[in-house]
Amino acid sequence: MSSNVITVSVGQTDAKPWVDELHQWLATVDHKRLGILYIVSALMFLVIGGVEALIIRIQLMHSHNNFVSPEVFNRMFTMHGTTMIFFVAMPVLFGFANYLVPLMIGARDMAFPRLNAFSFWLSFLGALLLYFSFLGGSGLYGAGNAPDVGWWSYAPLGARAFSPGHSSDYWTLSLLVSGFGSIGTAINIIATILCLRCPGMKLNRMPLFAWLNLVMAGMVLIAITPLSAAQIMLLIDRYLGGHFFDTQAGGSAVLWMHFFWIFGHPEVYVLIIPCFAFMSEIIPVFSRKPIFGYPVMVAATVSIAFVSMSVWAHHMFTIGMNSYANSFFTLTTMAVGVPTGIKIFNWIGTMWGGRIQFKTPMLFSIGFLFQFLIAGLTGIMMAASPFDWQLSLSYFVVAHFHYVIVGGILFALFAAFYYWYPKMTGRMLSESFGKWHFWLFLTGFHLTFDVMHVPGILGMPRRIYTYEAGRGWDTLNFIISIGAFIQAVAILVFVANLIISYFKGVPADNDPWDAWTLEWSIPSPPPAYNFATIPTVASRRPLWDHKHPEDPDSRYE
Amino acid sequence: MSARRTKSILSRGWQIVVLPFWSTSALWAVGPDDTPSHGTNIFAPASTPAKSIADLSVFVLVITGIIFVVVFALLFYSVVKFRERVIDAGREPAQVYGSTQIEFAWTIIPTLIVVVLFLATARVIHALQDAPEPAGAVEVTAIGHQYWWEFRYPKLGIVTANELHIPVSNPSHPTPTFLQLLSADTDHSFWVPELAGKTDLIPNHPNRMWVDPQRTGVFLGQCAQYCGTQHAKMLLRISVDRPEDFASWVRAQERPGVENAGAIPGRRVFERNACMNCHAVGGTPADGRFGPDLTHLMSRTTIAAGAAENTRDNLRLWIQNPSAIKPGSLMPAMKLSDADLDAVVSYMETLH
Repeated sequence: MSSNVITVSVGQTDAKPWVDELHQWLATVDHKRLGILYIVSALMFLVIGGVEALIIRIQLMHSHNNFVSPEVFNRMFTMHGTTMIFFVAMPVLFGFANYLVPLMIGARDMAFPRLNAFSFWLSFLGALLLYFSFLGGSGLYGAGNAPDVGWWSYAPLGARAFSPGHSSDYWTLSLLVSGFGSIGTAINIIATILCLRCPGMKLNRMPLFAWLNLVMAGMVLIAITPLSAAQIMLLIDRYLGGHFFDTQAGGSAVLWMHFFWIFGHPEVYVLIIPCFAFMSEIIPVFSRKPIFGYPVMVAATVSIAFVSMSVWAHHMFTIGMNSYANSFFTLTTMAVGVPTGIKIFNWIGTMWGGRIQFKTPMLFSIGFLFQFLIAGLTGIMMAASPFDWQLSLSYFVVAHFHYVIVGGILFALFAAFYYWYPKMTGRMLSESFGKWHFWLFLTGFHLTFDVMHVPGILGMPRRIYTYEAGRGWDTLNFIISIGAFIQAVAILVFVANLIISYFKGVPADNDPWDAWTLEWSIPSPPPAYNFATIPTVASRRPLWDHKHPEDPDSRYE
Repeated sequence: MSARRTKSILSRGWQIVVLPFWSTSALWAVGPDDTPSHGTNIFAPASTPAKSIADLSVFVLVITGIIFVVVFALLFYSVVKFRERVIDAGREPAQVYGSTQIEFAWTIIPTLIVVVLFLATARVIHALQDAPEPAGAVEVTAIGHQYWWEFRYPKLGIVTANELHIPVSNPSHPTPTFLQLLSADTDHSFWVPELAGKTDLIPNHPNRMWVDPQRTGVFLGQCAQYCGTQHAKMLLRISVDRPEDFASWVRAQERPGVENAGAIPGRRVFERNACMNCHAVGGTPADGRFGPDLTHLMSRTTIAAGAAENTRDNLRLWIQNPSAIKPGSLMPAMKLSDADLDAVVSYMETLH
């Protein structure tokens, strides 16, 4: 293994002025630094989006509350949704992909380092554009305001007749600009994985992490394109007299829904597949066994990607499609459950017969498995379109997709943070903080999102700033809000852990978890060039082969 | 016999699953006045569409419940059984790479479950969506407006708002109500959970839904598709009447609204201000359609799409300062003098 270190002359080694340091971060084309920039900016927006969620939850604590006005409430849920999807979930996953894909395939950088930097700064600029709307949303008219059209901005609410001023233009431009960034990153990930694998790393020897990110990047190319097209059409409607979605001039509101959801549903898998990737690396290491059924895992991922491209209209069961369309999308949506189920079974198969170590990354991974199972089952319920006619647009669906995004994606991300933080910083995250973080977050999560299914069943629609007393919703909403605050405390513990451990954490060696993929063969944090000599691999677990020369994987594959 | 038995087991399963919700729905079974007031619980169906959906839901809940128990048991067992113990220290477990037979099993079984669920669902989709409209059906056109509902009965020539009256439907002699759903502005969604699932009201995209309520009383619901600032207070009330009550309601709605000549001062205020640009009062020059038809305003129990009780004080407040009741509503503050305000409220109170 190439654990030797090249000494690179970096000029003077004494303390640099902070300007130089800042310049290095701003002008960097190094995949590791860009990965960290993605992750740090996403964490910043996670806190902002979380504060917006808390404002929503305070307002809904009891019926007829007056904590915020309806206008502010509508801005909060619009900004919360847009921020969390586009400026937290996607960037943080791109960040991990950026950081880890080259390390795992034995490459020295991404295929297009400059495109990589360009993509990051486009995404970041998109986020700034969205938040600038708070100041400049009404343009020349003075007082700013944020968009309040909901994160999917259904036509014709987004048309000028119903959204005058410029606040929804910031929303449109922000998604357009960050969408270009996402497309750049996707191209980069695909090119890197296809072209820069080290000698011996055939496609069927790639870590599942690389495989799943390859699939994710392919889905980004397909899914983001219609979103960007729709945003351009919306701008044409608003400023150049087009009538694509302008219903008052004969345009089609349903067309916008199709454009949005043919992006929106694959997007869910764009977010969850990298989390499957984290699970497929972390669960084997802490179970001390290789992933169960590697080829089936790859096949299941690819089939999820294909099938998920044909399920989008299950977001539209209530819009009055005919019975054939409703049946078709019911079938495709339920069909996604099969490969997804295979994955869950394979992770359990990986744990079966292992020696499971309950380090913090594994705790979050088990939480992920449990919650993703429930999220999948409530998803099956809503795939049955008549059931969805009741559940859609209610708090049940809000509970369901938060189960996916928080219970699934965020739990997987926390696992990834605890697992790869030592590689990125050279310090371990504190295990005791980690356990506090896990149990607090788990408690808050279940208090909020388990209970949230119930008001949906009792007829509470989503996106209402207040509700009538006497419908049985008050107590439930109060409990949901309490859970939200417990989650907020857990996030504070997590952020404190990130900061304190950066300065005072236990130093990490190359391979603190006794893992098997190439990133653990080099120092923590890795040097700028990653690998002094490009490694050669003979199996899916090169470090296992290295540690067990008497019984290498390469003998069995 | 065995089919019936399976059915009774299923329905008992349902009772266990929805027990927590049933106990709350019992509280709502009888409201404060003599008309029973119903809640918004999807598991307390009172109409065929809601009932078919609830039955399908129970079937889906039972199957997903079984899947949950099985998979959770596997997960729990492996976490407990295969945890690292002190004696294991340093030893790696047997390295197993997979098993084609097992993979095959857990591909086939979920596929079969999907087929069963799909067939059960497709049956309900077809039964509800493709139901033919019987001859005796009541037809209603529901038009969504930013933050209120317009209801027109094309066969009866009645126009009303926010509170829909329909006849109860006797299963042996059904009189279902078929709604055509339109929108005047943004997207809305018609949702009265105990009668049917929701269907959206989308401009340029007429939709259809039907209900055949089998219990009388007031059924509650509200707009479910985000439609703008006051989406939250776009409430829906459906009064399901006995056939004779419905007939007398129809007769009352068919009468002209203005009968009391004593209210003329208020009528003049109404017609000299902007009120009549948006509101219609049958039998007078006021024929605006932007706001609710006021011809029989006093036959309704609420104003502002259910945001307030229909009382003199609330009417007065609503005309003077709508934001106090429903901030963001498109009803402007009329800024009338106290005398004019009293007069116009008195006029409203004559519109039975």
